[in-house]
Amino acid sequence: MSFINYSSREINCKIVYYGPGLGGKTTNLQFIYKKTNPVQKGKLISLATETERTLFFDFLPLALGDIKGFRIRFHLYTVPGQVFYAASRKLILKGVDGVVFVADSQIERMEADIESLEDLKLNLAEQGYELIKLPFTIQYNKRDLPSIAPIEEMNKILNPDGVPWFEAVAINGSGVFETLKNVAKQVLMELKKHY
Amino acid sequence: MAGSDLIMYEEEFKQIDAELHKLYQQANAKVVFLVDKNGQLIASSGETRDIDTTSLASLTAGNIAATGGIARLLGEKEFTILFHEGERDNIHISLIGQRIILVVVFDQRSSLGLVRLRVKKTSDAIGRIFDSIVGKAEKEKAEGKIEEFPFAEISDEDIDNLFR
Repeated sequence: MSFINYSSREINCKIVYYGPGLGGKTTNLQFIYKKTNPVQKGKLISLATETERTLFFDFLPLALGDIKGFRIRFHLYTVPGQVFYAASRKLILKGVDGVVFVADSQIERMEADIESLEDLKLNLAEQGYELIKLPFTIQYNKRDLPSIAPIEEMNKILNPDGVPWFEAVAINGSGVFETLKNVAKQVLMELKKHY
Repeated sequence: MAGSDLIMYEEEFKQIDAELHKLYQQANAKVVFLVDKNGQLIASSGETRDIDTTSLASLTAGNIAATGGIARLLGEKEFTILFHEGERDNIHISLIGQRIILVVVFDQRSSLGLVRLRVKKTSDAIGRIFDSIVGKAEKEKAEGKIEEFPFAEISDEDIDNLFR
């Protein structure tokens, strides 16, 4: 649910990074923060536990630039991935304009990926959204690790609808901006369609 | 998309701005701001220069959302007012309707009683403005007037340029 302000000529959109615990959602935001020009970004807010696991959410406001005289601002959020923070995940999806699902490519994390994707669909449904109708991008993260599932298999299981997907190593930034750019583009195109 | 986007035009924005400024003065506040329940800052008034209003907006909405979650666990529909007392500054957060959050930051120059009193008046006024925003958006959509929206014309290239 974007916010379009004709007075200040700004368009604000909300993008949520979703996925299983320790999959790299926060790392995505940290890399974006590190690589973005200071004038374009706000503070990266992390509400984390002492062990650096996301407790409530991470938040990064990003002003990318202007289109047709309107400043485009994306508000990037992550959800806590650990299963027991279900209530927080639900809250953060409120008013979402686009979703990035950060999947962990390690074979032993496949179950967690599937569970998290189902959780995403359920939580969206509770608010009247359907994942398939939202701007949605999948990121297959941790492609640098040794025991990873082949992309074809991951696509078969996690991406039956064939939404855009990217391979990534969030820790060194590979695939991070490609993912963001793709979902941002889908969000803006959805806005265009909407009006 | 589920729900409708919030579209704010100049006229209503000025009215909101005026209401916030009035509240800022009458409540002897430091900062007053209005946030969408999804965490987006709508407008602000007062000493905003030293405050990261974008983050404050997002965290306030998160706070309201979490409190709403607690309320439902207790069988309440929602807690409509939150108050946090600090050593120097205090923050009063209230829900207007089901969508907008009004935040007042104040110090010892004011009092909780005064803030509550003034917030109530402002909430009524802002509630009416938002009713008119929603009414206007529906009317314009029905009449197909939103075609002036700049995004009708955007191209792939415009979007690509954002990431250069």
